[in-house]
Amino acid sequence: MLMPTLAINNLRFQNRGPYSFRIEAGECVGLQGDSGAGKSLLLRAIADLDPRTGLMQLGDINADAVAAPVWRRTVGLLPAESGWWLESVGDHFADFDAVDDGMLAAVGLDRSVQNWQISRLSTGEKQRLAIVRLLHNQPHCLLLDEPTASLDQGAVTRVEELLLAYCKMQGAPMLWVSHDPAQLARISAHRFLMATDGRLVDIGEVAR
Amino acid sequence: MNVKPLSPVDLALAASLLVLLGLFSWRLQLGLGKQLAIAAARTTVQLLLIGQILRLLFAHVHIGYMLLISMVMLAAAGREVVERQQRSIKGFHGWLIGTGSMFLSSFTVTFLALFVIIGNVPWYTPQYAIPLLGMLLGNTMSGVALGMDRMTETLWQQRQIIEQRLLLGQTAGQAVREIRRQSIRAGMMPIINSMATAGLVSLPGMMTGQILGGSSPLDAVHYQILIMFLICAGTGLGTIAAILGVERKLFDARHRLRLDVLSSVHDS
Repeated sequence: MLMPTLAINNLRFQNRGPYSFRIEAGECVGLQGDSGAGKSLLLRAIADLDPRTGLMQLGDINADAVAAPVWRRTVGLLPAESGWWLESVGDHFADFDAVDDGMLAAVGLDRSVQNWQISRLSTGEKQRLAIVRLLHNQPHCLLLDEPTASLDQGAVTRVEELLLAYCKMQGAPMLWVSHDPAQLARISAHRFLMATDGRLVDIGEVAR
Repeated sequence: MNVKPLSPVDLALAASLLVLLGLFSWRLQLGLGKQLAIAAARTTVQLLLIGQILRLLFAHVHIGYMLLISMVMLAAAGREVVERQQRSIKGFHGWLIGTGSMFLSSFTVTFLALFVIIGNVPWYTPQYAIPLLGMLLGNTMSGVALGMDRMTETLWQQRQIIEQRLLLGQTAGQAVREIRRQSIRAGMMPIINSMATAGLVSLPGMMTGQILGGSSPLDAVHYQILIMFLICAGTGLGTIAAILGVERKLFDARHRLRLDVLSSVHDS
């Protein structure tokens, strides 16, 4: 699939919505708003993790026309806190050998992480590995819930570059939740605001 | 049968042991006194009642009575399974999953044992049918309750991990595979353990009763082996059915984890 557009139409869930918007292929939209406004809920609904109504389309894929696991694999949601359930890092990948060295290097890691024990990872390491795990799945779209919240400044820059490069190269639409105005200015020209009453406001193009 | 009858005084002596335990509970602030008293009273009343009912049943053998009493037993077991859940599935479905899987396993296995293995005429001879069904239902109930409780509780605690696995494109079945296995194991461990220690550590209740009643130890042992196998099969099948039922209910067609079908936590 080349250059898909994410189109959300009348998305409703848990008395919220309707939400309707488009994110063009290769475009990164920043999503800002107070804590508790419902930014994460919106991402969950797009990943079809909560009961919802409305049309969701990514390129020529209609969410309701494919099995939910296929849709989730395609839209690629990175939750604020990543989950790990097996002993070692490598166990969480279908085939760790196929993971791109460049991608590991881009988050400041190397192949030896394959045998690292999950219980000994720091929050920041987990987050960086969660990003590698997500991108390794080759999603056609990225929904990022504060992807750099637990990282130090050096890692933040590297991760931003990696994600933006993925977005450009794959032509993936990207919705990036962040509380940091400086970060939003770096990664996105186009902004949405989740108001405290749950309305989604398109702020449009913001001067960088 | 040459069993020595017990007088009310004999039973009262045994009850005094419970009073002693109650005193300990009060002294050590275990808070078990009330539960202990209620459970002991229930045992006394329920067993006296079933004694009378069995006496009547043995005197009037009819399949209608048998069906009636087995349904009452099943309904009581179904209610007990729901009661033992910390977070049970809301509404009629929660009751149906436990009760339905007990019905499928216990009744099928009991019927098989009565009809094919023991082969009395009629097959529903109450002296055999009621104790057999009772033992199967009781054990299956424990397995089903343990398994379901483990499943719902673990899903609740690990919801973040389950959802992470779903987000990576796993199906509901893949995302709960380990939890499903653990839950079925939890339901089956007690019976597997008691089969492993039977005769070495514990003399099972039914065998003891038969021997007290004057049967030859070998006859009693043969029956006990039969019972152990039946209970294990019944518990295993019932637990598997219940866990699959819980899994179906806790995930919807879009592979979403639906914890909203669980009731809020209540102490069992």
